[in-house]
Amino acid sequence: MSIKNVDERRLREVALTPDEYRVILEQLKRAPNEVELGMLGVLWSEHCSYKSSKALLRRLPSTGPGVLQGPGENAGAVEIGEGWAAVFKIESHNHPSAIEPYQGAATGVGGIIRDVIAMGARPIALLDSLRFGPLPASSRHFEGVVAGIGGYGNCIGIPTVGGEIYFEDCYANNPLVNAMCVGLVRTDQLMRARAEGAGNSLLLVGADTGRDGIHGASFASLELDENSSERRPAVQVGNPFLEKCLLEACMDLSHTDAVVAIQDLGAAGLTSAVAECAGRVPGAGARVDVALVPRRERGMTPYDVMLSESQERMLVVVRRGREREVESIFEAWDLTSAVIGEVTDDGRLTVVDGDEEVARLPVDLLTEGAPARRLVGFAPEPPYGLEVDELPPLVDPGAALLRMLASPNLASKRGVFRRYDHMVGDSTVIPPGGDAAMLRVKGTRLGIAVTTDCNARYCHLDPHLGAQLAVAEAARNIIATGARPLAVTDCLNFANPDRPEVYWELEEAIAGLAYACRALELPVVSGNVSLYNDSNGESPIFPTPVVGMLGVIADYGKRLGAGLRVEGDFVLLIGSSHNDLGGSEYLKVEHGHVAGRPPSLDLTREKAVNRLMLLAAQSGHLHSAHDCADGGMLVALAECCLLGGMGVRCPALRPEPPLRLDAAFFGESPSRYIVSVPSRAMPEMQSLARRHNVELSLLGLAGGDVVEFEGQMKVSLDELRGAWESMVMG
Amino acid sequence: MKFGVVVFPGTWSDRDCGWVIDQVLGQELTYLWHKDPDLKGCDCVILPGGFAYGDYLRTGAIARFAPVMEKIGEFADRGGLVWGICNGFQVLCEAGLLPGALIRNASLEFRCEWTHLSVERTDIAFTSQCEEREVLRVPIAHGEGSYFADPATLSRLEQRGQVVFRYCDENGRIVPGANPNGSLHNIAGIVNARGNVLGMMPHPERCSEEELGGTDGRKLFRSVAESALKVLVS
Repeated sequence: MSIKNVDERRLREVALTPDEYRVILEQLKRAPNEVELGMLGVLWSEHCSYKSSKALLRRLPSTGPGVLQGPGENAGAVEIGEGWAAVFKIESHNHPSAIEPYQGAATGVGGIIRDVIAMGARPIALLDSLRFGPLPASSRHFEGVVAGIGGYGNCIGIPTVGGEIYFEDCYANNPLVNAMCVGLVRTDQLMRARAEGAGNSLLLVGADTGRDGIHGASFASLELDENSSERRPAVQVGNPFLEKCLLEACMDLSHTDAVVAIQDLGAAGLTSAVAECAGRVPGAGARVDVALVPRRERGMTPYDVMLSESQERMLVVVRRGREREVESIFEAWDLTSAVIGEVTDDGRLTVVDGDEEVARLPVDLLTEGAPARRLVGFAPEPPYGLEVDELPPLVDPGAALLRMLASPNLASKRGVFRRYDHMVGDSTVIPPGGDAAMLRVKGTRLGIAVTTDCNARYCHLDPHLGAQLAVAEAARNIIATGARPLAVTDCLNFANPDRPEVYWELEEAIAGLAYACRALELPVVSGNVSLYNDSNGESPIFPTPVVGMLGVIADYGKRLGAGLRVEGDFVLLIGSSHNDLGGSEYLKVEHGHVAGRPPSLDLTREKAVNRLMLLAAQSGHLHSAHDCADGGMLVALAECCLLGGMGVRCPALRPEPPLRLDAAFFGESPSRYIVSVPSRAMPEMQSLARRHNVELSLLGLAGGDVVEFEGQMKVSLDELRGAWESMVMG
Repeated sequence: MKFGVVVFPGTWSDRDCGWVIDQVLGQELTYLWHKDPDLKGCDCVILPGGFAYGDYLRTGAIARFAPVMEKIGEFADRGGLVWGICNGFQVLCEAGLLPGALIRNASLEFRCEWTHLSVERTDIAFTSQCEEREVLRVPIAHGEGSYFADPATLSRLEQRGQVVFRYCDENGRIVPGANPNGSLHNIAGIVNARGNVLGMMPHPERCSEEELGGTDGRKLFRSVAESALKVLVS
């Protein structure tokens, strides 16, 4: 048998390489038919098979005391106490959003919600990590994506509580849309999508199946090019109302024990859902009759049905003989459901169209068969150096602060998050706009803190260090609310890994993530990889390993906000500052460079600072806490003032050499927080700092309506707000 | 006091309203399914926020045909308390239980943010615990909450004092800058002539506990709960 049996054009259509085709021939000992080839093509796509990243991903720590479910399921799950589990995952929808921003973003949100529902959890929060090219040139992407996220999340009634938005040239053609969903479920009701029990029925519920999204997974595994807009049919259309009904019906399933498993239909549609469900149970198979699948369009072939990525569909494995019971739950929500097949024990996925068999493939060939790609990484020339000593000195910190606050990456995103319903659910106890958002667990005192983070400039300059810094910053965001970080979900956005320098970035970033997650004892319980984020192979994105993190606080009554709130409080900087101007926002805004080495990170020091913070928060010493990150100390301090509506008066900042004044104000040294404490707590704070060997410096006193460093700068809150809210329109 | 919270497909504030009624106020609660043929003996029916039936045609346009709406109309005719919040307000307008309509926000954007409301009427069940001109801090979350009515309807509303809430600044001044959506006369909530059917865009169920940022919403729920005895449902 030879490769000539199939022409190369056909292989390209299903995104398989001739080598991969040869593996298929060897394994099957026959040539696959059209339907089988299509099914293998989607499941062996990078998007579904992780063939380029699988080996690297194994390096990430994924176990820990609280982990109930690690990678490999619809979403990860950790125990948070009092019998509750938090379920969460982040996923990219980059390629669809580049072509069709509104629907791309909307269906990205819809997809991640279904992943959480499949675990039996009720979704309680959404976050979105977004990257665009600079405005106004990228406003089509920006406006469309923001509207799409709001359109879906607002309608379905799940609060969008956080995320991040950055603007950088490298995302102009490849915007990034990473959506994260968090859900809650009793630990004993956590579901797993395992097709157990031969003879059990496969029930397809939700939307009818149409031709939309065919080859979406393959599309996500190619570089965008001038023909990409012709791929618009590969972008799906969302229906949040239908998904809301699907969500409620799936929640009602917990009242019955007739359900064995729930699986989301996402990328690669029915093919992937059935194969994955069966693949998780050794020896299990499934038989699907496409003739039984409810359709939206006439004339659909078995190929179309198996590969459709129509949204708002779920696969439910139901105990044999109890189908009616489950169907009636969906009927109550006016949802269509249909038994389309059954679980088998032959290890094969068999597809029939009525009486005719149209495909029969080993499940493990579909789910595990894609040969891992052996790619080569090669370190590129280290990016442009930076001689800090050659930078002109900082003359007017106040003027620089105003320019920094007005820069799109630092400016207030209130104009965006007020377009998202962030309150529905009556659980949002820390709204968006601060460090992490916090949701309470109703009926308990538990609070869940959630955040996403990644400074891609750092990752561009040094992917290993940049990835570590992303983990550390996410953890600080959680800790700044008083919560303890528990676990991570990651979304690895990279350019084309076939290029050695990109594969090197991927290797380095994953190694950095693994290193920092191990050091901070944070298991990575779910995640997603999005490669080929470069258009025409010309403008690769910065490596962007987005870290989604979840933490917990035992009593949300002890949560901390970022804003100053008590007049006369001491405002402290915790942690030490160095000449960390490499890759900083200051360097970009004030000097026009993206250069240098990112701030160095000492994870032992990081842990010491974090321990101190959690102790201080638990003992009630802190009135507020804010992570010092992008823009450095002065920007963080200004944010504390703006969020609290209260100024601060400080004596002149006199950094000890070799620390430069610009680095003291705007350097981005990690492992730092700005906190406010009542004066009576000072002795205790000082002794905590000594015990943990952490530097603590008094910046000034909270109060008034200006931010002042005596003799160096004095700017009114109104003026600062004007700059900071420059992006809030209307 | 027995509250009934209506659940249409696409409703999402049902559980939030239920939480406040049941857990915060300790009042009796039942959910009313859109297909329910009766109101289960409720004293006050709440039509909560959401996107009933997806709001695909026009907000509230399909929900008014739900079986439960017929009963709610009869209940209102008998003087029963009916309270539409956000999408519920839109449904009440579509159903003809309240005059006017809610149109697209002037900004053309969805808005979720805190607003201030001036209480213009305190002689009705829904605001009996409020002071005249009291300023309440209550959040909004809608894309189509701009109140609109023809000039005749609007002047009738004003003459009869049917405007219950107006958007105002924190000092209670009813100024254009405090209007988040372009509503005529800064209208945030109105009541029918008889005073038993209230529609409002802001969400009192989102500000009934300190941890959610404020407790002004609780006043309205308590008003209803404590006025129960005064209202005679014939």
